[in-house]
Amino acid sequence: MKTEDIRKYFPVLDRKVYGKPLVYFDNAATSQRPQPVIDELNFRMSESNANIHRAVHILSQECTDAYEQARDAVRDLINAPTREEVIFTSGATASINLVAYSFGEAFVNEGDEIIVTEAEHHSNIVPWWMLCQRKKAALKVLPVDDMGHLRLEELDKLITDRTKLLCVTHISNVLGIVNPVGKIVEIAHSKNVPVLVDGAQGIVHCQVDVQKLDCDFYAFSGHKMYAATGTGVLFGKRKWLEAMPPFLGGGEMIETVSFEDVKFAKIPMRYEAGTQNFASSATLKQACEFVNILKDSELTQNFKQICLYMENELKNVEGLKIYGEGTEDEPKAPVYSFNVEGVHHEDLAILLDKMGVAVRSGQMCAEPVMTRFGVTGMVRAALLPYNTKEEVDIFIAALRKAVAMLR
Amino acid sequence: MFDEWLDKYEYIIELGKSLETLPDSSKTEDKLIKGCQSRVWLDWKKEEGRIFFSADSDAIITKGIISLLIKIYSGRTAEEIAASDFSVVEKIGLRENLSPTRANGLVSMIETIRRIAAENL
Repeated sequence: MKTEDIRKYFPVLDRKVYGKPLVYFDNAATSQRPQPVIDELNFRMSESNANIHRAVHILSQECTDAYEQARDAVRDLINAPTREEVIFTSGATASINLVAYSFGEAFVNEGDEIIVTEAEHHSNIVPWWMLCQRKKAALKVLPVDDMGHLRLEELDKLITDRTKLLCVTHISNVLGIVNPVGKIVEIAHSKNVPVLVDGAQGIVHCQVDVQKLDCDFYAFSGHKMYAATGTGVLFGKRKWLEAMPPFLGGGEMIETVSFEDVKFAKIPMRYEAGTQNFASSATLKQACEFVNILKDSELTQNFKQICLYMENELKNVEGLKIYGEGTEDEPKAPVYSFNVEGVHHEDLAILLDKMGVAVRSGQMCAEPVMTRFGVTGMVRAALLPYNTKEEVDIFIAALRKAVAMLR
Repeated sequence: MFDEWLDKYEYIIELGKSLETLPDSSKTEDKLIKGCQSRVWLDWKKEEGRIFFSADSDAIITKGIISLLIKIYSGRTAEEIAASDFSVVEKIGLRENLSPTRANGLVSMIETIRRIAAENL
């Protein structure tokens, strides 16, 4: 399968912006949507819309089926032991907040400790900071080295008998390094510490098997992996999901309600209060199917070459520094954050936009990473298998042009 | 590939490069304009009833834009600034040429100039 075969799935990739072909490299913020996802969402909106899990009529049945089939598709994608361990949320942020509240209520007390890493997105820092404030617990940080890799040798002494949870990103949204989460889980579990993995980027670039990783929670968004926006997943091991109190109370998350007592529903419903974003969540099925299409070996090989080309071309730009250097054990996903000496990241992004290239600039919701590398921001270009070598060439030419204008 | 936007941006970049930099002692937290992806400091003084602005930024395009605003509003009375509807920003075609994201500090810059004028009425 060729890149062109994949591009055909994405109508937006034919767009022109400012009269130029769109080069979309802001993929780490959100991916574009393939036609089957668009069709599914359209179908839900135009022909089959009714609230799920409630009514006996045909439309409700159809929507419930679509929603629950999406749960099965996600279960298959991440190899979760059972479908009930797959909770639908509005995104990775909501998934992590759910755990921070529910796990925190059940298991975190004054004087306890939560470990995060220096490479985290704000979404895997702030919920834990808030939990620590609520419970008078302490937030501890596993640092990264100059190459952007977690300093695992520090982990041993960071974990104490007060550590209640370790939260780590599978792939940093800035550094792009694939962290050795399997090894981290092993270390943490040897000290009876459960692990939450922020998989917002990981689900896009890795084949995730939550049983192999043995992580306790795996959180990700649907919109970065081709599904509609407002979708997200929390995988949690049954033993935790059944032991935690619900995050939100409301409709459908209960078994019985009286003014004296409330009995909560079983998982996954216990964590899906209120009308769910069922139309969008249904598209996770088509998104998972699309991810499987992307596993084509010719396509995968070709994409690897394009990423390699991108990295080399970037490194050839004078004064350009890429943050996060891959190694054999901890490779780099095609998430390239960089700065060019003497040029501001925002200036570059503005000029690139004018040349039709969409990139991200700024702190990228990871201020501690910026602080760690001593910068106020970076430019980020992230590739997906629908990006071509020609697009890399357009981007590099635009980048060189922008740098020349700004220096 | 490169067209009329280029001239506009080259002009803004030129303005940015030629704007005198603020001394580090003036780049304090209270002069920092919030809401910009780049850092922008806006300082001012009042002389003989007129307000004079000086500004700096770590990003050149932002600096060029604020330089443009300063050219328009510096040396005017608080009443004149307060009476302005800032439609000049639309007229010179700046607004639609700036990324309409929260990174866009143009609105924050204008608000700050307005606030300074209001405080001096």
